[in-house]
Amino acid sequence: MGLYATTTRRRIAAVFVLLGLVALPWGMRLIGQEFYVSFASRVLIMALAATSLNLVIGFGGMVSFGHAAFFGAGAYCVAVLAESGVTSAWLAWPAATGVAAALAVFVGAISLRTRGVYFIMITLAFAQMVFYLVVSLKTWGGDDGLPLLQRSAFGSLNLKDDSTFYFVVLAILAFVLFMLDRIAHSRFGRVIQSIRENEVRMEALGYPVFSFKLVCFSLGGALAGLAGALMANQAGLASPNLLHWMQSGILMVMIVIGGVGSVFGGVVGAVLLLVCEEAFVEITPHWQIGLGLLLLAVVLWAPLGIAGLFGWGRNRE
Amino acid sequence: MSEKLDLLLDVRGVSKHFGGVYALNNASLSVVRGEVHALIGPNGAGKTTLIHVLSGALPCNGGRVVFDGNDLERRSMHERVTLGLARSYQITNIFTRLTVLDNVAMAVQSRVRDWGSSFSFWKPFSLDSAIIGEAHALLAQVSLSGMANRLAGQLSHGEQRSLEVALALATKPKLLLLDEPMAGMGPEESERMVGLIEHLAQQVTILLVEHDMDAVFRLADRISVLVGGTVIASGSPEAIRGDAEVRRAYLGDEVA
Amino acid sequence: MTQLILEQALNGLQFGLMLFLLAAGLTLVFGIMDMINLAHGSLYMVGAYLAAEVTQASGSFITGVGVAMLGTGVLAVVLEVVLLRRLYARNHLAQVLATFALILIANECVRIVWGAQTLMLNAPDALSGPVRIGGFLYPSYRLLIIGVGALIAGLLYVLVARTRIGMWVRAGASNREMTEALGINVRLLFTAVFAFGAALCALAGAMLGPLLAVQVGMGESILILAFVVIVIGGIGSIRGALVGSLLVGLVDTLGRAMLPAMLRALFSPEVASSLGPALASVLIYVLMAAILFWRPEGLFPARA
Repeated sequence: MGLYATTTRRRIAAVFVLLGLVALPWGMRLIGQEFYVSFASRVLIMALAATSLNLVIGFGGMVSFGHAAFFGAGAYCVAVLAESGVTSAWLAWPAATGVAAALAVFVGAISLRTRGVYFIMITLAFAQMVFYLVVSLKTWGGDDGLPLLQRSAFGSLNLKDDSTFYFVVLAILAFVLFMLDRIAHSRFGRVIQSIRENEVRMEALGYPVFSFKLVCFSLGGALAGLAGALMANQAGLASPNLLHWMQSGILMVMIVIGGVGSVFGGVVGAVLLLVCEEAFVEITPHWQIGLGLLLLAVVLWAPLGIAGLFGWGRNRE
Repeated sequence: MSEKLDLLLDVRGVSKHFGGVYALNNASLSVVRGEVHALIGPNGAGKTTLIHVLSGALPCNGGRVVFDGNDLERRSMHERVTLGLARSYQITNIFTRLTVLDNVAMAVQSRVRDWGSSFSFWKPFSLDSAIIGEAHALLAQVSLSGMANRLAGQLSHGEQRSLEVALALATKPKLLLLDEPMAGMGPEESERMVGLIEHLAQQVTILLVEHDMDAVFRLADRISVLVGGTVIASGSPEAIRGDAEVRRAYLGDEVA
Repeated sequence: MTQLILEQALNGLQFGLMLFLLAAGLTLVFGIMDMINLAHGSLYMVGAYLAAEVTQASGSFITGVGVAMLGTGVLAVVLEVVLLRRLYARNHLAQVLATFALILIANECVRIVWGAQTLMLNAPDALSGPVRIGGFLYPSYRLLIIGVGALIAGLLYVLVARTRIGMWVRAGASNREMTEALGINVRLLFTAVFAFGAALCALAGAMLGPLLAVQVGMGESILILAFVVIVIGGIGSIRGALVGSLLVGLVDTLGRAMLPAMLRALFSPEVASSLGPALASVLIYVLMAAILFWRPEGLFPARA
């Protein structure tokens, strides 16, 4: 087994999980906990954002500490467009994806000149730039964020209905995961993963490494923008918190818990983290200590993530 | 010389210094299409630096390198490979966590002129049977067929050296830069490597950096001697063997 | 106008010197062990809290500062021995994550012990008034900070540049294997450097406490500034950290003070009042990106 393989077993498992997720709204209605459908949408959106970061860190080997910039850019794009009267999801969501992608091309083109720690720090610096710019613009709501008065119009579907919105999010996430699985096994995916393994050798084999990394970085940024667009819709707000560096940190935490460089790592991490949070916040207001300890434990004893403990992670020797 | 038209690589007065220390000082050398050209010299003579400069891993401070009619100045490492200049590494540089087959396939796949660019996001690579087939053929050529599905990191040193050569070869270069392919090998493995290079010499021009003098004199059509960053002599093995200056500077009693 | 510039320049110098206290420890840890420590800001926070607590209990600011430095230093030794040591050999992602976890834990622990509200830390009464410099009044406490900062910077420079211990540290930062080969106990050296850096952090936290709010999360905003500083200066270089600190302190402070006024001269008041603060707050990040664009290894790279 090499590095690239996703096993058939894991794909089958994913299909079953997907079927379970499709059934979730009815299940919740059955037990009278419909509130959780909205929560589930949020989890899936975070899963999408984490997956987009996993493409950059896990597959491309680029430890970006500024992913929140693209996530937030997508959210603000939708909110700003809505304010100027563009409410169609068919326009606003691709626009959010495009704006985030363009931002990622710009940030990546400069940041990818640097290596290691410097790359981590320069991506963080760009994200901070975006954060402070947005927060200090009063027209965009400053610290309070920019409210999205109503969810985007999505053809004949009524996204105001939480279940409908949930299904749309689920469909998008499922498609992105399918796409990521295709990419991971495509020529591009193999190249980008080999660059992660040995960048110099790839250059010496004739691959334009910089271009491949930039495309991967931008693709991750674009998907984060899409997740941001969905998040603004879910929360009814483009919040500066989405741009905050803690958000970048949390997304990294998710993929490390779920499995760096495995197709489903982002999803596993987001679900585990947010469900635990939801459960423990009820018990103690100091849940963050628990999260911190969990994270330390994962880093020290389970570097392949929780998924890796059960052998679901990426195959390694 | 009648071969003048058929120069594949022409290195003219190349210099490279690190701070004030000259690793290459006005070094000149030419490789004729079709030959095995050996580059020898004592440790620290600048052989690996020259390979780095030729492959684009290091910029040079002066002089020109012309390869197959192209001035290489300002050409990036990967562009040089596309032009047909491939190298192997003195310290094995492979993808240890990939299978042996994936290693070679990655190298074969790099040839845009044959397969188109690798910016292909959707089609599964497993359907690229031509690339995989060629990778298998290359593995057979370097006698690694049996190891195709092993992780490259698990190979023996000698096998890794063969894989290293196979990676460079897979880019179908016009000129193959081999940086001490026999480094760290026992006599038996070295013998196999000499056989492999003899075999490769029929398909591709080779610039060989090597310390093993027996191998050099067996393989080389011409030899250049690098001492202190400067090429002090170039010529047939017989001429080099008889060159007084070379003997004094480098060969000593070894071939007396 | 010149008076304003002068006053803001002093403020920038004062802020820059305090940043240097954080950045010095951070850059050495980074340089010697190739370790990203996000929790450095948490040590700063702990220092500020300890100083506030002890100052209130004992009534002496100096005691507060002393206990804060000592306590934070001891905490740092424990952290280093128990946890951070295990991370040196790991990749940057693991280091970022583990020390991110430390931030979460530290913030929550502080919240448990001291509560969520902001703590008061007052400057000593003797320094509460302003002093006259040239033609204007300047708070004497800020002058003290500048004095202490300059003194520490000077001492540190002598320590690193002139003493044997400093030589080991510099050697460790530029080539660890070689230093180990020379028989120097890098492990012990590093614990000491880490504790020393933590004590400087605590000093910065205690000194800045009366000026800024002592609250949960105070470490993160300054931590990112400290990172900007060491990346600009070149990782592992004390000189770079000093130059970077002063640069960031001055650019940030002067930018916030001057930029809105300058923009008013160019744009309409509405545009200027909206754009001014926005541009001022991103100025240092623009500076950092620009420096990294031209010098990807910072101004004074420690490794040749």
